[in-house]
Amino acid sequence: MKRRNRTTRKRARAVAGTVRKRRGVRQHGITLLIGTRKGAWIYRSDSSRRQWRVDGPHFLGHIANHLVLDPRDRRTLLLAARTGHLGPTVFRSTDLGKTWKEASHPPAFPKVAEGEKGRVVDHVFWLTPGHPSQPGVWYAGTSPQGLFRSENHGDSWEPVPGLNDHPQYRLWMGGEQDGTPDGPKLHSIIVDPRDPAHLYLGMSSGGVHESLNAGRDWRTLINGLEVVPGVDASNVAAHDPHCVRLCPNNPDRLYQQNHCGIYRIDRPSNEWTRIGKSMPTTVGDIGFPLVLHPRDPDTLWVFPMDGTDVWPRTSPGGKPAAYVTRNGGKTWKRLDFGLPHAQAWLTVKRQAMAGDQHDPVGLYFGTTSGDVWASRDEGAKWHCIARHLPHIYAVEVADLTA
Amino acid sequence: MKVWIPTPLRSYTRSAEVDADGATLAELLADLDRRYPGMRFRMIDEQDCLRRHMRIFINGEEVRELDAALAPNAEVHIVQALSGG
Repeated sequence: MKRRNRTTRKRARAVAGTVRKRRGVRQHGITLLIGTRKGAWIYRSDSSRRQWRVDGPHFLGHIANHLVLDPRDRRTLLLAARTGHLGPTVFRSTDLGKTWKEASHPPAFPKVAEGEKGRVVDHVFWLTPGHPSQPGVWYAGTSPQGLFRSENHGDSWEPVPGLNDHPQYRLWMGGEQDGTPDGPKLHSIIVDPRDPAHLYLGMSSGGVHESLNAGRDWRTLINGLEVVPGVDASNVAAHDPHCVRLCPNNPDRLYQQNHCGIYRIDRPSNEWTRIGKSMPTTVGDIGFPLVLHPRDPDTLWVFPMDGTDVWPRTSPGGKPAAYVTRNGGKTWKRLDFGLPHAQAWLTVKRQAMAGDQHDPVGLYFGTTSGDVWASRDEGAKWHCIARHLPHIYAVEVADLTA
Repeated sequence: MKVWIPTPLRSYTRSAEVDADGATLAELLADLDRRYPGMRFRMIDEQDCLRRHMRIFINGEEVRELDAALAPNAEVHIVQALSGG
């Protein structure tokens, strides 16, 4: 039995590719922030990341689209929520979820004149803390698509007119029918760690956009991205970036999981390169989430989904797996050890996969069927740490240590 | 006047029945929001329209216009409509 276990572990490590040895630094426990269709949960691990304690539900029955820690104070949580009956709002906790207070002015579009048709925020979809030099600043992305900013730790929110009232806005996001089934979403709001005025964001649909002046002006960043056959790639509304991430230790590099493949861009180039073509053809390079290595800009993980036929958005063939590249997308390896081998039709949403800062990196994903899976070794082995949660929308790692 | 509060909004009022004032529905909602901050936006969107799954009845009659007049002794019921699973 022992020999089999050793062989199994060895095989799993080989499948995962190179996993660096731990550096001997003290590793802290992990906190996972989980948003679901029916509330939010917080899972806390011991330092080995083997034992998990559950804290929740918080806001049972509320639609919790995103729960995010403020990395600048490591105490504040913001939760994007609504219910089936009640309008969208943001809740804030300054004690890691012990107590909560609602935003005094949640994200809302400006009221229009009598007789005009004004936009109404259906739900707050995405939350991004601002730059470390701007404590208290947060950004929110909504459905229908809007960008909002708070300067007081998420208590009150103002629209960012440079985007929301941009003359090309309607051209970017298309008509009322465009966007995801649950409404068009503004997501992947990224603040350049070197420059608080340099922002990126993704619009589903509507492409990737960049601002160099804190959101006053925007330019489109879609060169090299493919669109569905028969559609003009110069039409910004045809572009559907599912998830965009910026490399923590190389802010000139971004990766993107798109409706039409996986891409990389190395700034100052404005051209995306499709790196998903080297994925196995039976799996394809369609999916939603994308997780970057905290220290290695050549390493990222994706969780492919079936984008063929009627777009089931489930694990291809009912065999779930993450895939990792350790060379910027030249080659990919399948990571499915510990995951079900058949008849497992998992769906993982764009916010529902995350990585921690440990070495080796811990990976976590939540499924729409309510399970949370974890790996302590960069995807070499997976184990389920939570079952029977509601439909999972978001999984974030809260780094509570300096 | 008396206002009956549905369960989704009782995290604000802590009560199924509250007192509030106003000569119109708009004024009543503004008064409710003063007493229970944040409550109005959960019911009424930024374009001053009743949200899709909320209903308001005045003396048993459904009302959707915020300028609807209210008598001092009106009975107001805020009701949650069906919103699916």
